[in-house]
Amino acid sequence: MRGASSRARARIFDRAFGVFTFLAAAILIALPVLLVIVIAQASWPALIRFGPAFILDKTWDPNLPPITFGAAPFITDTIITSLIALLIGIPISIGAAVFLAELAPDWLRAPVAAVVDLLAAVPSVVFGLWGLYVLVPYMRTTGDPLLTKYLGWSPLFAQHAGSQSGQSVLTASIILGIMILPTISSVSREALRATPDSQREAALSLGATRWEATRIGPLSYARSGIFGAAVLGLGRAMGETMAVTMTIGNSNNVGTSLIDPGQTLSSLIAINFGNALPLERAALVELGLILMGLSLLVNVVARLLLRSMTRMGATTA
Amino acid sequence: MSGDKLVVQNLNAWYGKTHAVQDISLSFPDKKATAIIGPSGCGKSTFIRCLNRIHETQPKARSEGKVLLDGSDVYQADPTEIRRKIGMVFQRPNVFPTMSIYGNVAAGLKLHGGYSHDEIDTLVIESLKKAALWDEVKEKLDQSALQLSGGQQQRLCIARALAVQPEVLLMDEPASALDPISTARIEDLIFDLKNSVPVIIVTHNMQQAARVADRTAFLYLGKLVEVAPTRDLFERPTEKLTESYITGRFG
Repeated sequence: MRGASSRARARIFDRAFGVFTFLAAAILIALPVLLVIVIAQASWPALIRFGPAFILDKTWDPNLPPITFGAAPFITDTIITSLIALLIGIPISIGAAVFLAELAPDWLRAPVAAVVDLLAAVPSVVFGLWGLYVLVPYMRTTGDPLLTKYLGWSPLFAQHAGSQSGQSVLTASIILGIMILPTISSVSREALRATPDSQREAALSLGATRWEATRIGPLSYARSGIFGAAVLGLGRAMGETMAVTMTIGNSNNVGTSLIDPGQTLSSLIAINFGNALPLERAALVELGLILMGLSLLVNVVARLLLRSMTRMGATTA
Repeated sequence: MSGDKLVVQNLNAWYGKTHAVQDISLSFPDKKATAIIGPSGCGKSTFIRCLNRIHETQPKARSEGKVLLDGSDVYQADPTEIRRKIGMVFQRPNVFPTMSIYGNVAAGLKLHGGYSHDEIDTLVIESLKKAALWDEVKEKLDQSALQLSGGQQQRLCIARALAVQPEVLLMDEPASALDPISTARIEDLIFDLKNSVPVIIVTHNMQQAARVADRTAFLYLGKLVEVAPTRDLFERPTEKLTESYITGRFG
């Protein structure tokens, strides 16, 4: 009898376990759906007032009539800062990952990896403070003048009135580049470590040097993982708010120069939300909607690229 | 002895504290296949991994002793040059998954450079023919190497090793992960290959040694027990230990 009742209890538990895991999965699916519904609802007044022109309009003016809101400068700056951040972050983090995964002696590997991972735990406001107290003054006194002196001929580094504060699109991009280092490097490191030794030995046995063996062994084998790491980094850079808000200079004008102050989607939301009147508030929420759309787009494009990469892999090598 | 391509003198090798290869001296004649047999863990893989200096790329691995290729010490030379001259095929097919069939075979040639496009083409085709794979892949050279079956992948690895024109070919249980038909093809291949390049093959399969090798060496617990022409070793072993092993009393 006892045996039978314990089997019955096990069956009930089994059922409950199934229900619990199903509910957990259902919540994860329902959350983003609810999120989109709420965000769309809150931005509704702006959506119907400005229509699709919102994306292309360059003015953000809540004060003087006619009141107009347009997202173009912020979309541009979000994309530019993220791309520059990747440009800075990818070589450094992949270099560090290769060193840690392939070249570092065993005793050095664990402590350095721990420090890199720790970097990921630094709150973004701390990065922002560092940017404000170290990077911004440096750019003001040294970085920006140097860039203008040697590259000022290009509109990308031209100095305009009001762009002498050290807070700029470039400054924010550098901070972002640093912030995404730990993400990209630890994910790539794991991908490299997952490469079987037989790949390294295959290359070595053909007479490859250590660098060559790394390139045709682990770096090729793990390339989809490394690509995924870069996409994660891009996602983090696009959404980052605090550190960007503190270092980008918060100018709503469209600038051509990277050393002009700027504004990303997330930094404008953070700056203006507190004091916004209802219509501007709706427009700000719409910026959030656009940011979500951008992230989604990046992920979809990344997935497609990854698929074609694995399919094309054979012919390009 | 003249005609010996590779001469090993008093070779010792360690993994950490494990003394895996103990004072082995052995010579390998040119244009012959030599099999190295013995139970798992007898040090046979470690032994051939010392010959092309790939053993030392593992952490905590080290070795001592002399390995002479045409009379000059392998351990005094540039290891990348040695590994090009002494090719290796591993237990499991380790094709480069992101490269095409062609790219895999050309990989070594591209590393060393100095080959024209036409020369690479010629060597790739030649190597695939030597590895008895050409007919199966000639229509799809630009496709991924992963599309091939396990046996084909292993022959691709052999072609890849042959493409850099090695002077010796090491094979570490090259058929242990393959089905019987693929195994038979690899064995036929070794039989043909040895006419152009000496082959040293590690195997735990005694029938395989008997089928492909001119000479066979028996290793036990890191030591060389006996080496003899294959027929003699299997039919008239001089050591009791060899006899017990080949008659299946242990192993």
